[in-house]
Amino acid sequence: MGPLKTPPPVRRIVVDDQPTIVQPPAGSDGAGQATDGASALLSAPRKREGKRGQVRKRMETAELGVQYAGKPAVKGVDLPVNQGEVLALIGPSGCGKTTLLRSLNRLVDQTPTATRTGTIFLDERDVDLEDVTNLRRQVGMVFQQPNPFPMSVFDNVAYGLRERGSRRPSRAALRPAVEEALDRAGLLEEVKDNLTHPALRLSGGQQQRLCIARSLAVGPEVLLLDEPCSALDPRSTAIIEELVMGLRAEIAIVIVTHNLQQAYRVADKVGFMYLGDLVEYGHADQVFGAPKAKRTREYVSGGFG
Amino acid sequence: MSTPATTDSRAASLRRRLQGSKLPKLPRRNRDVLSEEEMVAWPFIDRLGVALAWFCGLLLIAISASIVIYMLVRGIQYVKLDALGHHPVVQSTTTITGTSGGYLDPIEGTLILTTLGTLIALPIGVATAVWLSEYGRPAWLARAVESGVEIVAGTPTIVLAIFGLLIFSKSAFGFLSFTAEGGAVFGRSFFIAGIMMSLIALPLIVGATREALQSIPAHVREASYSLGKDKISTIRRVLIPASRKGIATGTTLGMGRIAGDTAIVVILLGASLTLEKQGSTPVIGTLKGTGSTLTSYVYNNSPAGEGNAPQKAYAAAFILLVIVILMNFVVDLIARKGSDPWAR
Repeated sequence: MGPLKTPPPVRRIVVDDQPTIVQPPAGSDGAGQATDGASALLSAPRKREGKRGQVRKRMETAELGVQYAGKPAVKGVDLPVNQGEVLALIGPSGCGKTTLLRSLNRLVDQTPTATRTGTIFLDERDVDLEDVTNLRRQVGMVFQQPNPFPMSVFDNVAYGLRERGSRRPSRAALRPAVEEALDRAGLLEEVKDNLTHPALRLSGGQQQRLCIARSLAVGPEVLLLDEPCSALDPRSTAIIEELVMGLRAEIAIVIVTHNLQQAYRVADKVGFMYLGDLVEYGHADQVFGAPKAKRTREYVSGGFG
Repeated sequence: MSTPATTDSRAASLRRRLQGSKLPKLPRRNRDVLSEEEMVAWPFIDRLGVALAWFCGLLLIAISASIVIYMLVRGIQYVKLDALGHHPVVQSTTTITGTSGGYLDPIEGTLILTTLGTLIALPIGVATAVWLSEYGRPAWLARAVESGVEIVAGTPTIVLAIFGLLIFSKSAFGFLSFTAEGGAVFGRSFFIAGIMMSLIALPLIVGATREALQSIPAHVREASYSLGKDKISTIRRVLIPASRKGIATGTTLGMGRIAGDTAIVVILLGASLTLEKQGSTPVIGTLKGTGSTLTSYVYNNSPAGEGNAPQKAYAAAFILLVIVILMNFVVDLIARKGSDPWAR
């Protein structure tokens, strides 16, 4: 893939005032996006330039299908997930992108009515042959609503590190790992003096970064983000997008988003889903700039959805 | 967090725009008392309905206030602080003298019974609620359990008491109470009353815990699963701690109900005015023995009971009322302290 361009520091957290808002073309007031949406997208500031390490395949789905009570939600999807890249799944509501995401860590298996067909590989191994708790430690997930557990900041991050059955590791033993995870999530500076405070007292954006730290603490290979910013304000969204950019070198990242601007800002690869099918998959510039499928073209230009 | 703010500013900008134009102000609903001109337009029957609603609300306030004030006046009149620390003296006459003793035993009895009933009901109630909310399979069994809890909740305590007497008078349960020579089991003790009392608190604990568990969004459970945790760990480390408020509310409500119940005490506690131990083992002896509580003490000393010492009844009733009101107050405090933590 493309060689490195100007490499900024990887874990830079930039808090601009309004870095996330796509500047609409002069003379239009946001509604113009519907008519010339694609061009507005392509003129948006991009964040996905910079260091991303070696691109290599970590996960792959083969003929993945999911049915809820016999009704197909995902239909025969083949999708590679690469480390060093951010993969954004876009598409209208109900198109199966969240179901696809939830299949990757087998969370969809929790739904009693769901049946899954096809195969999912993590590093060439079939995930169904793996212990599910082990799989979920390798494939972390962050949800739409920030959902820290009702315990202290420290305990939230340490939660995944404490194995059931074994004697609890002491706080002192866990501290370095907890602080490292918080640091990678860009939260350490803000909470390092208040590690014992209840996590639910943090702001929404901080809570979401805590959820990311919580996932990072168990050392995942892949991180799934299910509309991680849709409950957050633009400022927190910007911070999390920067964070995602910085993480992609070490962790394969899949992000489901309804926000096309966000997908364009953060994603290296984009998958467009429609009615359970993966209609188009490709480089972000190609999917947004020169979509091959008619559906994709309509969707990225704001025609429907 | 951002939602109310944006709604507010949207409402504010709407209001500004409306004020700028010639449109009348939007009426503010819900919060404000209906203005008279609005009500005049109402049909008579609706105005009558509103008046009745007001009347009923005020009537309830008046009733509860008169209970509290009356008991307060009577109670303070007769409560002697030193009587709190003295054992009651059994009297055969109805005369009230200074020698009839205090209410130490009834207070102890109420505390013992409430503690015992709660200790039994709490683990069973939480476990039942967890099973109903988190497992609940097969569905018919869950429905049966729900109905069972509802039936227990709806059973009059006097029925529970008679049932308890029937069951615990069997010789198999002799270890819970006093066994007379010849093998007849007395079937009345703190143990037995406590067990039946736990049935009063159980539905309240199940209900409140279950509601708390069900108010936890599914994605919180999924977040725990996503960290490689199984269901048991999730329940123990996330769901139960997150339901603390509901559990505490249900428990406190249950304690109030236990403290206030009379039928089970009268039938199952053996109706001895003082704590009568069975055997010499310190704690077990008391629990196997009989005694009284504030409720049975009030009953006995009321004009309807054997004691017929209304002053003592007032005093004990006052103490009981204070205990129960305090518990309700605690429930309010718990319930008010922060709402759904994951609410948007």
